Amino acid sequence: MINVALPKGRLGEKVYAMFEKAGYECPSIKEVNRKLVFENEEKRIRYFWVKPSDVSIYVERGAADIGVAGKDILLEYRPDVYELLDLNIGKCCMAVAAPKDFYDNGVRTLKVATKFSNIARTYYNGLGREIDIIHLNGSIELAPILGLSDVIVDIVETGATLRENNLEVFETIVPISARLIANKTGFQFKTKEIEAVARKLGEMIQP
Amino acid sequence: MNENIFKQDEKALFPLRRLYRSYGYLPFKMNKFEEYDFYLQNKEFLVSDRVITFNDTDGKLLALKPDVTLSIVKNSKDIPGFKQKVYYDENVYRVSGSTHRFREILQTGVECIGDIDLYDLFEAISLAAQSLRVISERYVLQISHLGILSSLLKQASNNDTFILKASKCIAEKNTHDLQKLCLEYEISDEETCNLCSFVGIYGDRKSVLTRLEPLCKTSEAKEALDVLKALSELLDKTSYSSSIFFDFSIVNDMSYYNGIVFKGFLEGICQGVLSGGQYDNLLRRMNRRSGAVGFALYLDLLEDLPAESDPFDVDVVLLYDETVSVSDLAERASLLTADGKSVSAQKVVPEKLRYRSLIDLRKES
Repeated sequence: MINVALPKGRLGEKVYAMFEKAGYECPSIKEVNRKLVFENEEKRIRYFWVKPSDVSIYVERGAADIGVAGKDILLEYRPDVYELLDLNIGKCCMAVAAPKDFYDNGVRTLKVATKFSNIARTYYNGLGREIDIIHLNGSIELAPILGLSDVIVDIVETGATLRENNLEVFETIVPISARLIANKTGFQFKTKEIEAVARKLGEMIQP
Repeated sequence: MNENIFKQDEKALFPLRRLYRSYGYLPFKMNKFEEYDFYLQNKEFLVSDRVITFNDTDGKLLALKPDVTLSIVKNSKDIPGFKQKVYYDENVYRVSGSTHRFREILQTGVECIGDIDLYDLFEAISLAAQSLRVISERYVLQISHLGILSSLLKQASNNDTFILKASKCIAEKNTHDLQKLCLEYEISDEETCNLCSFVGIYGDRKSVLTRLEPLCKTSEAKEALDVLKALSELLDKTSYSSSIFFDFSIVNDMSYYNGIVFKGFLEGICQGVLSGGQYDNLLRRMNRRSGAVGFALYLDLLEDLPAESDPFDVDVVLLYDETVSVSDLAERASLLTADGKSVSAQKVVPEKLRYRSLIDLRKES
């Protein structure tokens, strides 16, 4: 039996559709109820929905053998897992954004508001720029508007929220997409099953 | 004796000691503390540079040891033809990756330091596999050779940042980001293809060796391949051969390790429980001529092994009060324990105590 952690939400639904198309369907997952775990005994697969940012924890700790997590989560939390596939869905980018009239003269410490402290720290360390990280859990775009920060580091999909708040992308840090990850121990004992899932999903990836 | 009274790590310790002694490894006992200066000089070889420090009575700064190998290496000697073979079971004090707090970690392991050869590499791998087998029948030992990895990476580029990032991708079995990285660093199509196919080479030893052959073009890689072939042939003759595989995603620190590296997994434990390899590089950095190979087994992780839990805390609760004579109570308890039962003498039954039977001595008196 392979345990799969799926991210709740739109991305998770897209991911499940890929698993279904690959022959790992589990009809009970589409029933409207409060169940958390869905199993197809015949296909030897068990799914569970978890918060997207928790997928890597479930996989790293072995509660799930495989899972689908955004590259943003993998870069931020750096779980010790195998990253088997880029599913090429859920595409967006991690970017530095700021008010349109912002100019960084490089003299004073840059105040950076973000949910992704590790990604921001690594990026600015690479530039040798001194920063003050303000860790926020939501509504990051508000920070530069109210003067809490100079810039933000956040995920940008269409850029609509930024535009509506008079912000714009200054730098793209890294492109993001959904990745198939696997627990390292689980992979040793279920190698063939996990390889089969990865191969079948791989065949469906759109360029 | 009832096996259930032993925790998983305690259960493993005695057969492991017996195993290491049977191959002539002698116990190595060390101090709980080392001078902090020693770790400061060798901090690049520590898993984490954070150590617990304190001042001795003479003001000298000491540290609770975060690592065992460094202390063993420090106390070993370079004598041509001589090999020091030791085993240990010691607590180390490190910051845990998940909690970011210091933890006491019980680890056991072996180190063979000196004029090491192919037999010593085989012996270390053999002991690693047998150590895993002592604990569980469901185990896997993965072996890699850093000579092949470093040769392939150096063939592709001399850029240190590329080598670091590519090693990370290889450790993650991540071909998609490795391809992008090769594109970014303008690596030739042929080298990109070599590196990406290298990620996919793992599993059964024979098939790995066949697939690896065309990738090993430099003398360094060919030499490493010969070592893997020789080890595989030796392992073919062992009873644990089918649990040992080749997997080049084991990318241990190349400033510490140089030749073979290996990692052991037990079903039910989410991370590797055993880690080791050949670490001549560490000795070179300490201006030593010897070579070395060894491994550590993280006994604290064995807690996660599935175990049968006893549904009862105690077999018999003996209830007594002042009407019961102490000598009667003592005699009854003694009789029951002699019969192999565990006994808890109580005046009232503890609220959450799970017991098989209750003997109320108050009624009998």
